[in-house]
Amino acid sequence: MMKAMYQNMLGGRSGMIGLLILAAIIFLVLPLGLDLFRLNLVGKYLTYAFVAVSLVLLWGYGGILSLGQGIFFGLGGYCMAMFLKLEASDPESTKIQTTPGIPDFMDWNQLTALPWFWEPFHSLTFTLIAILAVPTLFAFIIGYAMFKRRVGGVYFAIITQVIALILTILIVGQQGYTGGVNGITDLKTLMGWDIRTDSAKYILYFINGALLIAVILVSRVILGSKFGMLMLAMRDKEERVRFSGYDVADFKIFVFCLAAMISAIGGAMFTLQVGFMSPTFVGIVPSIEMVIFAAVGGRMSLIGAVYGALLVNYGKTVFSESYPELWLFLMGGLFIAVVMFFPNGLAGIYDKYEKKLFTRKPRKGSASAMSSRTLSDPQPGPVRDAASPPAKGMGISNQPVN
Amino acid sequence: MSNNTDFILSIEDLTVSFDGFKAVDMVNLYVDKNELRVIIGPNGAGKTTLLDLICGKTKATSGSIKFKGKELTKLAEHSIVRSGVGRKFQTPSIYENLSVFQNLEMSFPRGRSVFGCLTFRRTTDVIDRVHEVAEQVMLKDSLYLEEAGLLSHGQKQWLEIGMLLMQDPELLMLDEPVAGMSVKEREQTAVLLNKISQNRSVVVIEHDMEFVKRIAHKVTVLHQGKVLMEGKMDKVQSDPRVVEVYLGH
Ligand SMILES: Nc1ncnc2c1ncn2[C@@H]1O[C@H](COP(=O)(O)OP(=O)(O)O)[C@@H](O)[C@H]1O
Ligand SMILES: [Mg+2]
Repeated sequence: MMKAMYQNMLGGRSGMIGLLILAAIIFLVLPLGLDLFRLNLVGKYLTYAFVAVSLVLLWGYGGILSLGQGIFFGLGGYCMAMFLKLEASDPESTKIQTTPGIPDFMDWNQLTALPWFWEPFHSLTFTLIAILAVPTLFAFIIGYAMFKRRVGGVYFAIITQVIALILTILIVGQQGYTGGVNGITDLKTLMGWDIRTDSAKYILYFINGALLIAVILVSRVILGSKFGMLMLAMRDKEERVRFSGYDVADFKIFVFCLAAMISAIGGAMFTLQVGFMSPTFVGIVPSIEMVIFAAVGGRMSLIGAVYGALLVNYGKTVFSESYPELWLFLMGGLFIAVVMFFPNGLAGIYDKYEKKLFTRKPRKGSASAMSSRTLSDPQPGPVRDAASPPAKGMGISNQPVN
Repeated sequence: MSNNTDFILSIEDLTVSFDGFKAVDMVNLYVDKNELRVIIGPNGAGKTTLLDLICGKTKATSGSIKFKGKELTKLAEHSIVRSGVGRKFQTPSIYENLSVFQNLEMSFPRGRSVFGCLTFRRTTDVIDRVHEVAEQVMLKDSLYLEEAGLLSHGQKQWLEIGMLLMQDPELLMLDEPVAGMSVKEREQTAVLLNKISQNRSVVVIEHDMEFVKRIAHKVTVLHQGKVLMEGKMDKVQSDPRVVEVYLGH
């Protein structure tokens, strides 16, 4: 059992190589090759990678397209931000306010006491639990309401968009409780540790990288189990799965909750590294962007999703500086191009290239790529996760990031 | 007749109406333990709908379906399956992208909850059972085929039957299991059905009269959502009403 689990985690030879290369890029190449400003930027992109990875599980394997993962990224981020904001709002540093000791935006909005739901965020333990539990619980409620009623496909995607929109409006509208459109800003310390210093930025970058790798490993174990196989079966023939005695809704709810939790970790790490959280990261546009990261990286590849997030964001940073108004069109075009010509994204291209290189099995139809990724025959085998660094010249590793 | 406990399946006054159109209309049907029942009838008679009602895919408008004395009409699909009813669909419904082995393994009745799936282990009892069933449905040589989608049409039908056998259901329902099969495959399927109905009840929907003759204990003729008649094959075949609606043309 343990042996099989390790095997799944590492994803066999090819999966292990892919993971090692990713780890080397995150932990060695980027920190050594980039200055702190740019590394911090990469750190921010890597927080989006959590969402992209969650979408591989949810969309790639589960066949459930959520266009509202920003909800969970945002909730995780806001939970973290609330804790940091409270710490930054001690009576001493807020003594010029009408009501000292509460966050500045509350004071500006004539609040005279901390709202009840902010109180528990004085505790770091509570906050850490909330970062994981609040988005997961919210996902459970949405998932239960939708999947038990057999809402799926496009309807589900639209509903997640609507919820993302409503949440954004709610956050923006309730300025006194949430910081409104500016979000929660001026975050300073975590238990007295100044997160704005250079050393803190390095440390947070590495924690973020380690968490991302851990999430990928856990996801591999899950996809390598019978659960992963069931995901594929469900995506393909939901009816048959149901008539084999499985309660399909339960599985969808679980994977939706899992994806929410993973996204939330990304959100919390975003807040820590970037130093604020705002409704811009909750709404429809970021949620769709995150789907594009996964699509570009390859929606069947956990590692590919990370490269997708890095590359698209790199492109965004470069492009939106020179032609900000063109970026959205470019990204839309990119999405369509990927879906039409490279349904398995970068990972699919790599897979093809790698197979040619090592001339292993003969190539099969594009739809076949998934069968080898779950329990292989006859012993439980590794999740093969193709994708390692993108082709030369495309990587951000040896090029300056603007 | 309506003493439910004598029968494994007893359907009484079952009706389903689709916007006023009664696809199944006041049907009464009783299936014995270890019986192999064949349901025949022209296209659109309501045969598939009847199976849909039993397995919970379609909800009944009125009437009752009792399986081992337990009412099925209010149960969710997976609960009906877990209580011992297996269903094969008219068009082969298998997981094309999974291997033949995985197709069968997925149908093994263990680890059906989320947690059960996450902790499921491919133990020897699973492997042995998969081999046993693969042998039974004549797919031993294709067991390690990486994609079940590559099987021939007939083999897909067998695979789906195999997937049901994995569940070891007490009631097996097969919708046109020999459709699209060669003569030889039909022969083999007849042998298979006779074998698997030894210790369970089977309901088969079929068009091929030669095939029906080879397997049926008792035949029910459905016409326009109603039971037209019921009885031994030779009796049914010579009944003028049946000839008129079904066999005649
Ligand atoms: N979900 C549905 N909605 C409306 N009409 C249906 C539905 N399912 C079946 N029918 C109709 O019920 C009748 C019986 O269909 P079916 O049970 O598939 O027939 P058979 O399997 O005997 O050929 C057909 O006229 C069909 O059009
Ligand atoms: Mg039919």
